[in-house]
Amino acid sequence: MPRLAGKIALITGGAAGQGAAEAELFVREGAAVMLTDIDAAGGEALAKRLAERGGRALFRAQDVADEPSWQEIVAAAVSAFGGLHILVNNAGTIARQGIVDTTLEAWNRTLAVNLTGALLGMKHCAAAIRDTVAKQEGGGSIINISSTAGMTAYDDAAYTASKWALRGLTKTAVLQFSAWNIRVNSIHPGTIADTSFARLGGEGFEEAATAAIPLGRLGLPRDTAELVLFLASDDSSFINGAEIAIDGGYIAAGTGHLRNRIRNDYVARRN
Amino acid sequence: MPRLANKVALITGAAGGQGTAEAELFVREGAGVVLTDIDAEAGEALAKRLTGRGGKAIFRVQDVASEESWQDTVAAALSTFGGLHILVNNAGTIARQGIVATTIDAWNRTLAVNLTGPMLGMKHCAPAMRDAGGGSIVNISSTAGLTAHDDAAYTATKWGLRGLTKTAVLQFSDWKIRVNSIHPGQIADTGFFRSGGEAFAQAAAAAIPMHRQGTPRECAELVLFLASDEASFISGAEIAIDGGYIAAGLAGMRNRIRDELMRRNS
Repeated sequence: MPRLAGKIALITGGAAGQGAAEAELFVREGAAVMLTDIDAAGGEALAKRLAERGGRALFRAQDVADEPSWQEIVAAAVSAFGGLHILVNNAGTIARQGIVDTTLEAWNRTLAVNLTGALLGMKHCAAAIRDTVAKQEGGGSIINISSTAGMTAYDDAAYTASKWALRGLTKTAVLQFSAWNIRVNSIHPGTIADTSFARLGGEGFEEAATAAIPLGRLGLPRDTAELVLFLASDDSSFINGAEIAIDGGYIAAGTGHLRNRIRNDYVARRN
Repeated sequence: MPRLANKVALITGAAGGQGTAEAELFVREGAGVVLTDIDAEAGEALAKRLTGRGGKAIFRVQDVASEESWQDTVAAALSTFGGLHILVNNAGTIARQGIVATTIDAWNRTLAVNLTGPMLGMKHCAPAMRDAGGGSIVNISSTAGLTAHDDAAYTATKWGLRGLTKTAVLQFSDWKIRVNSIHPGQIADTGFFRSGGEAFAQAAAAAIPMHRQGTPRECAELVLFLASDEASFISGAEIAIDGGYIAAGLAGMRNRIRDELMRRNS
């Protein structure tokens, strides 16, 4: 049986990168998906492609920071598919500004998308998920896409603050949604190739990231989609409030890995 | 395609509870499994049941704290199944002694099984996994490796295993071996759980935001995911599987105390 048979999912930032990989995998595993993104052309094209293969997929243009948009989209998902089980707060943005360079405008926008967007998503989806799962076997699941920047230092001030905050907000959601049979978890991707995030990193960004990852490669959108699928499905029915790094070992051992490399380079230079 | 097709796995502490659930799920997903446990009778019976259904399974009696036993067990895996891809360090023990009540014998035995056992497992399995082209190690820690727990030795070993997992990431990534720890909270139908008694079970369920214990099958699903290539970029993660106990158990109990006080005062 498909792992998301009978489930209905809402994925933000669903037009490209990790969001698109999640949409493809969710549809393959039997879910109906409501995709949203600020990129209307990319989102429409993806929904069309999924529907042509027999999947149930709809797209709505959305700025996740806009509260009225959430009310419309939840209503659209419920009326099109009959309920809602899964929310993936995947939409995110990055300004790449250090603390001293941070403009208030970019700071506010990053917080609005990465943190307020996820808050609003939970605020408006949780009741619909509660009502849907009350009538059925299995439970609801919310997956917040944080980052390794929510577990350690990162250059961009607003991005780092928003991803740590999303990790914390996930715990508040566990406290308040467990009684509704909704699980909430955060995942913490490291550097994932084929995303706008990685492409916009600039010269040397991907090379330095790869050097710091013990597994010696960047992740792929498909890698994170498999984890999101697992957390969305009832296979993970006792996992609630977990914070899962998906980073090739960067958080666990990236520091030791790079230190060893520096030591080895030093020894090699002296010999 | 089965999720562990063509994989060979070694699972310690496999004769009961979570280990048995992992063995059953792994076999169902196409893996060949080497099962070990100190309980020979139950382990043999499990292997027989699995092979009776057409599964690929063998059992070896093992005390995971014995280094020689690891050499024998790895050799058995290689000669029977031709390689090794997955190690699940699941065997564990608990003495239920606080710091003041701790006997050095019980302390040493808990450290030997819960911490030395996984170290020896990784020491002897990792080269075989490297030779097979890589693989996945899953260390079964505990929520006691993320927060306080009554038993001194158990708590120390589960924190120790969480840390040892990071050393393994540092040293095995080049061999394409991923290493992760999972941190189960209260899981029903396990020796650990039964030994706690009725009041233990009641208090545990009250502290879990989902208000129930987990099942061995739920742990097995997480171990399966980490063992499979679906998790191919996950290494060094520490995953609580506890119904929300670590994330929000404390605040949930505080709220309940507050609500009870408000009720009493009104």
